[in-house]
Amino acid sequence: MLRYLHKYANPVRFLSIARPMRKAMGLLSLFIILVGLVFALFFSPPDYQQKETVRIMYIHVPAAWMSLMIYAFISFSSIVFLVWKFPLFLILAKESVTVGVIFTFSALFTGSLWGKPTWGTYWVWDARLTSFLILFFIYLGLKLIKESFSHSSKGDYAFAYLALIGGFNLPIIKFSVDWWNTLHQPASIIRTGGVSISNEMLIPLFLMATGFLFLFIYILLVSVEINLKKRKMGYSKDKIIN
Amino acid sequence: MKLKYKRFNFLIIFILAIASTIFFVLKALEEKIVFFYSPTEILNKDVKLNDTIRVGGLVVDNSIVYDNGGLEVFFAITDEKNSLNISYKGILPDLFREGQGIVAEGNIDTAKNIFLAQKVLAKHDENYMPPEIEKMIRN
Repeated sequence: MLRYLHKYANPVRFLSIARPMRKAMGLLSLFIILVGLVFALFFSPPDYQQKETVRIMYIHVPAAWMSLMIYAFISFSSIVFLVWKFPLFLILAKESVTVGVIFTFSALFTGSLWGKPTWGTYWVWDARLTSFLILFFIYLGLKLIKESFSHSSKGDYAFAYLALIGGFNLPIIKFSVDWWNTLHQPASIIRTGGVSISNEMLIPLFLMATGFLFLFIYILLVSVEINLKKRKMGYSKDKIIN
Repeated sequence: MKLKYKRFNFLIIFILAIASTIFFVLKALEEKIVFFYSPTEILNKDVKLNDTIRVGGLVVDNSIVYDNGGLEVFFAITDEKNSLNISYKGILPDLFREGQGIVAEGNIDTAKNIFLAQKVLAKHDENYMPPEIEKMIRN
């Protein structure tokens, strides 16, 4: 693992894999999201309770998963940066933030639209919704730190430590529906007792999730490549440790 | 000691400190974080007349009665141990029905032993399936 990290912490080597991967990821994500949308909107059945409203799930749930996954990635990269000081990992973490903000906002927005017809309200302050809103604010904080420090390595450490501290919110979000009673329903997929979603609905859900994941990887690879090239040309905006 | 291990140990202590802080804060706030109380908790609790609280439970079968030309609704919720009568004036969410989990916000009238709801929200469970499969399971 360590040796693997060492090998690819080298930007030149990183770019040599990133470039061919980028194109494949971009095309795959476009294709999978299109197929997923067709399944989600036309071929999947309505729900026994919620009828057609359930189709919001195919955007809401993958977006929420991505927000958590991207944050976990940012946290992990920040820890690697803090311990081993590989600059590439800080670049990876920083370039993931904007996509994370967008996915988190989408999850909150679609969740709110889904809440009105099913629960009868756009928003409540229950544990799941509140902890997810906190995730959004932490993302905004990371974005702010990333954009405000241009000539100091202090910004890098502020970023990495905030990313690390915010990581504690992830298990709270995941288990909020089990630890406290909430308006939000408990987990349907990763839970004791197995999956409680019928297969016809799982297919579009996983298709959309895979499509979103590839889209994230594509955007990340493109932004990291731009970042590295700018750095090489010497007009990089953010400086990463001396 | 190598600098790398020094930084690593520092991070471990840092993480443990933050984790325990968060744990104790959440533990202390447990009462406030829960979104609603069950009817049993309401019975065992010292709830004052004017406190706005939320109760949650399943709507009892055959307990829904409409009054005042359908404007006012009375029903009971249960947590399988105790039940609580609720009165509500207003628009109910689409998912409101017998056996459904709901959350009502309002205050309890201790004299009448009835909960006066200002807002009724419907919960839905973690099961997602097409209507045909649900019918098959029920039969």
